[in-house]
Amino acid sequence: MTELSDRTASDLAAALRAGECSAVEILDSCCARIDAVDGRVRAFLARTDELAREQARAADARIAAGDAPATAGIPLALKDVLSTRAVATTCGSRILETYVPPYDCTPWERLRAEGGVLLGKTNCDEFAMGSSNENSAFGPVHNPWGLDLVPGGSSGGSAAAVAAGEAVWALGTDTGGSVRQPASLSGVVGLKPTYGLISRYGLIAFASSLDTVGTLTRSVRDAAVLLSAIGGKDPMDATSLDEPRRDYTEGLDVEISGVRVGVVKEAFGEGVEPGVRDSVRHAVDELAGLGAQIGEASLPHAEYALSAYYLIAPSEASSNLARYDGVRYGLRVDGADSVEMMTRTRGAGFGAEVKRRIMLGTYALSAGYYEAYYGQAQKVRTLIIRDYEAAFGAFDVLVSPTSPTTAFPIGAKIDDPLAMYLSDVFTIPANLSGMPAISIPSGVDAAGLPVGLQLTAPVLAEPTLLRVANALEAALGFDARPALIAA
Amino acid sequence: MPVEIDIDHVARLARLEFTVDEKARLREQLGVILEAAAKVSEVATDDVPATAYAIPRSNVLRPDEITPSLTVEEVLSNAPEVEDDRFKVPRVVEVE
Repeated sequence: MTELSDRTASDLAAALRAGECSAVEILDSCCARIDAVDGRVRAFLARTDELAREQARAADARIAAGDAPATAGIPLALKDVLSTRAVATTCGSRILETYVPPYDCTPWERLRAEGGVLLGKTNCDEFAMGSSNENSAFGPVHNPWGLDLVPGGSSGGSAAAVAAGEAVWALGTDTGGSVRQPASLSGVVGLKPTYGLISRYGLIAFASSLDTVGTLTRSVRDAAVLLSAIGGKDPMDATSLDEPRRDYTEGLDVEISGVRVGVVKEAFGEGVEPGVRDSVRHAVDELAGLGAQIGEASLPHAEYALSAYYLIAPSEASSNLARYDGVRYGLRVDGADSVEMMTRTRGAGFGAEVKRRIMLGTYALSAGYYEAYYGQAQKVRTLIIRDYEAAFGAFDVLVSPTSPTTAFPIGAKIDDPLAMYLSDVFTIPANLSGMPAISIPSGVDAAGLPVGLQLTAPVLAEPTLLRVANALEAALGFDARPALIAA
Repeated sequence: MPVEIDIDHVARLARLEFTVDEKARLREQLGVILEAAAKVSEVATDDVPATAYAIPRSNVLRPDEITPSLTVEEVLSNAPEVEDDRFKVPRVVEVE
C-alpha cells in the first residue's frame, strides 16, 4: 500500500497545492515509517521530529497563503557530513560524536528558507569514506531490499531512507560515487552535479578537489527540483562556480529524438555481473526506441581512474583531516604534551578505513614519494579529462552501469579494501573530470535486486543529462519496491 | 610487488597511534593498495601535464567588507577545553 511518504516530491507538491494533504500529514507519514522500519534499516543517526513539526506547520501556512516554492513541506534527510546548526553532525565518526555545528550548510539553509522540513541526519561511512556504509562508527545501514545486504555508500543512510519511504528525498555527497553507487544498490535516483554547482559551505571536507553535494530522490524530476533549489553560486564557497540559480525542470520533458548516446565499451567487461550488463543493455535499447542515436564510446584511460583516485582522494583527506587535533572541536584524549594528546585523540577517534586512507595519503605526499604517486595521479586525471573531451565530441551523453554489482552482503568485502574499491570503478571518472552524472534504476537482476544505470554529460550539461534520464525513466517504468515495504 | 612502507615513520607524520597488530595489517594492506595504485605510472608520461582541479579557477576574491560571523561563544562552543575566551591545549614548548 502506498502511503504519502512513498510518493515523489513532485507528486506531493501538487497534492499540497490541491489541498489533498498537508505538510504535517506528510511528515506524520514519514515519521510513522521511520518508527516502523528504522530499527532494522538504521538509516538515521539523529531525528529532529520537533523541529520538523514546526517547519511543516510553517510550510502549511505558506502553502495556504499561496507563497510556497516547490520544495516547501517536503520532508528531507541530510547525510551527516552536512552541517546543521544546533543539530549534532558526526560524519559517522567517534571523533565528532559530540560536535554541534554553530551554522547551517548552504544547501540546507536554502531549503530551510524555502519551507523545507528536516527529518534528521543520516548514517554514512565515516567521513564519507566507503562504498558499503559499513565504515560508520555507529553501525552499518541495512538495505531495504534485503536487510542482510549493504545499501552502498558512503551516502547509504540517505539512499536507504528514500528507498524505504522514510524520507521523500535526501542529500548526500559524492567524492568517488558516494551518491550514485548507493542510489544504484538501493533502487533510487542519485544525481552528482557538475563539480562546484552546489555550494559546499558547511560540508565537512573529505577530498576537496572531488567532493560534490548530490541528491537522492524517487524520480529524475525530483532531482531537478532539488537541484534548482540548492544549486548556483554561493559567495561563502570560493570553489562554487559562477552559475546563477536556475530552474532545471525547464525542458525536462522535451523528447530526446536525435540525442547522441555513447555506450562506454570499457564498462561492460570482466567483473560486471551478467544481471547488471543485461539490464543496462536493455535500457540502451529503450533509448534507441525513443529515437536516440546510439554508438560505441571509449574511455581508454578509465582503467587507470581507480588507481589515480586512491592516490588523490587519500592525499587530500590526509590534509583535510589534519584538523582533528583535539583542540577546537570533537574528541580529546589527554596526553603529556600536545603531540601525545593529538596522537592519542586521533588513534581513538578515527576508525580503521579512515586511518588507512590518512596513512595512504600521508605516505603518498611524503618527501621523496610525492612525484611518484600524487604527481603521477594528477597526470592520469588529465588523460581522463581528455578521454571525455574526445567522447563528448561525438556524443551528448555517455551510458554505463553505475556499479559492477547489485547490493552485496554485509561483511562480504570489508576485509578486502581493493575489492571494495572496485564498487566505484565506473563512478570515479566523473569525479576526476568534474562532469555531472546520474544513476537511475534500470531494472532488477535475477535475485530481484535493483540495477543502476549511469548517464554522464559534459560540464554544466545538466539540462541534457536530466532530460535524457527523465525520458529513459518514463520508458523503463521501473516500479519494483523493496521487500521491506512491498507487503 | 607490494610496496614496502616504514609504518612507524608515516604514523608519526600522520599523528596516529596503532597497536602492533594494526601496524602489521596496515603494512600489508597499504603495500597491496600502493602496488595497484602505482599502475598510474604506466601512462603518466613526462609530456602529460598534471591536473589539480577538473574545472580550473583562478584566485577567487571577495570585497573586503565585514559580514555577519560567529560569536566567540559559538566558536568556542565545541572546544574540549577553554580558558579566557581561548582554546586551551597541553604544554607545547619546554620551559626552563
